[in-house]
Amino acid sequence: MSIFINRGTKLVVQGITGRDGSFHAKQMLEYGTKVVAGVTPGKGGQKFEGKVPIFDTVADAVAATGANTSVIYVPSRFAVDAVYEAVDAGISLIVCITEGVPVLDMTRVMPYVKERGARLVGPNCPGVISPGESKVGIIPGQICKPGKVGVVSRSGTLTYEIIHQLTQNGLGQSTCVGIGGDPIIGTNFIDCLAAFEADPNTEAIVMIGEIGGTDEQNAARYVAERVKKPVVGFIAGQTAPPGRRMGHAGAIISGSSGTAAEKMAALKEAGIAVMARPADVVPLLRERLGAPRKRAGGGVKRSSRRVAKKAR
Amino acid sequence: MNLHEYQARALLKAAGIPVPDGEVAETPEDAERIAGRIGGRVVVKAQVHAGGRGKAGGVKLANDPADARVKAGQIIGMTIKGLRVNKVLVAPAADIASESYLGVIVDRSTQRPVVMVSPAGGVDIEEVAAKTPEKIFRIAVDPRYGLLPHQAMALAFKLYRGVEQARQAATIMRQLYDVFWSAGASLVEINPLITTKDGNVVALDAKLVVDDNELERRPAIAALRDSSAEAPAEVKARDAGLSYVKLDGQVGCCVNGAGLAMGTMDLVKYYGGEPANFLDIGGSSNPQKVVTALQIITADPNVKAILFNIFGGITRCDDVANGIVTATKQLKLNRPIVIRLTGTNEDLAMKILKDAGFSALTDMDEAVKRAVELAKEAA
Repeated sequence: MSIFINRGTKLVVQGITGRDGSFHAKQMLEYGTKVVAGVTPGKGGQKFEGKVPIFDTVADAVAATGANTSVIYVPSRFAVDAVYEAVDAGISLIVCITEGVPVLDMTRVMPYVKERGARLVGPNCPGVISPGESKVGIIPGQICKPGKVGVVSRSGTLTYEIIHQLTQNGLGQSTCVGIGGDPIIGTNFIDCLAAFEADPNTEAIVMIGEIGGTDEQNAARYVAERVKKPVVGFIAGQTAPPGRRMGHAGAIISGSSGTAAEKMAALKEAGIAVMARPADVVPLLRERLGAPRKRAGGGVKRSSRRVAKKAR
Repeated sequence: MNLHEYQARALLKAAGIPVPDGEVAETPEDAERIAGRIGGRVVVKAQVHAGGRGKAGGVKLANDPADARVKAGQIIGMTIKGLRVNKVLVAPAADIASESYLGVIVDRSTQRPVVMVSPAGGVDIEEVAAKTPEKIFRIAVDPRYGLLPHQAMALAFKLYRGVEQARQAATIMRQLYDVFWSAGASLVEINPLITTKDGNVVALDAKLVVDDNELERRPAIAALRDSSAEAPAEVKARDAGLSYVKLDGQVGCCVNGAGLAMGTMDLVKYYGGEPANFLDIGGSSNPQKVVTALQIITADPNVKAILFNIFGGITRCDDVANGIVTATKQLKLNRPIVIRLTGTNEDLAMKILKDAGFSALTDMDEAVKRAVELAKEAA
């Protein structure tokens, strides 16, 4: 099991004939994702890689293939309309990889998505992977391994670093979600924490945050109140100066809010084990999971719950 | 992208917001001429992308045109937070009866534009938020309908008892919201919004930050960029598609991805060093970007050791390796370099580096530790 995507995910790739779209569509096919359709206006009727049908519109793709998930690789000036198009076609999960989407556009996109019951991940994110089941986005499949750790992150390559550490040490992942580093995003930490908490195959959660905003603090409060599974956290940007944007549009410290120190304190207060560096993820998880023991019926869930409670 | 005060106030004025007279000057003589035209006492304000201008001596009152020339001469050429002042705004000294704050920002938690007002104007609003949060009033705007008249009036009554001034302020709020939306801003502020002794509500200062993602579709706003007011290395980085922020340490960092770049800086600190910069070479792998990155890092005299940290996903390690080899042929590094590469095409990259006489590591901690040691030895 996993969250958001699994073996039943039927994917339509918006922008499948573009430079990024075609490259990653191939990678997703190789990984085993069920890529059922592609969309590029004007190329309807053609085939991608000789097998994936291309349509002019997302609605056509959904009608013909039953696609339930879309991934967007179109250039930034078309990305917002691509989200609206996917929502209107009845897609329930939309993953927007495209970066450079204006924040003010997102203020209009979000109510549109929510009022129609869809979920958006991103924009400006690496996507979602449920190792061994499905990959939607650009997270390199070879660094992941099926398992029981859920990963949620605002970053891209830093997430790969941490997933890599997990995999190298035999800690596989249920699902890894890159939620993106922009100020307004479709899916936040709390959405992912709630989904991981409800997923029977996730036994521990890793959350990777960064400076800027208060999402991590809100997530910490949520963990304290609602999450029983052990959570390990990291905050990037301890050395970042206030008032300077560190790459991501969301990674800027303003005034007294959004510093790494403030976020780390909030995480600790919520009983989350905080890493001082990425390599700490393995020992901290092992500590919290206890020695993984297989028990008839219960798995290791009960013991990990006890550990989490004690730590709080 | 930050606009200068004089640029922001021009946008406000075009939207109908009452803004005092004023002109920008690049020389003391210009400042004298402008002060003469305005008449009376004037204020001379540094136009620079740094906060705390007043405290740094970048805002001065002048009694007459000759004095304005002297004050402008003191301000033009001064350095505030590492940035040279090239221009000053000359405006009439205001006749202030009361000061308040008005701003529009994008709020992450409500995912909407938020209009904020405070009767505690003229001071740093973040300080007000920290010390007396009860003095800040805000309303989240539904972007599909904009700031409604009654919403603006409700906020205006938090600033003024009299309906006459509340109406003026409410009109300014709706005009400011329009500027915010049409400029593609992430923040616009009037601080202070003043009442003059004769009862008029006027914008005395203006600050506007544009979302960089808006610039492509707003060429008129993009044209307002003043590269001469930015750190040259940051301009060079941006032109090359890199993201660079200079810091004060000794370990020059070159990383792919913003999160990993911050994580690398933090690890430098963890092992007892100080990062010299934030530098994200981005997701694509173009060897030329690596060359530019190395040029920028080596131009910083504080850098004692250079650290590459590349996690190849979309970025191909062999492209980065080629970039490093090309760059070191073109420019003298004159300091030790530590390279950490892992991920896509790692083996190929290792071979390229080895053939060129470099060695590389695959473990992040090991590489950072080594770079910190080398920087300390060289210091």
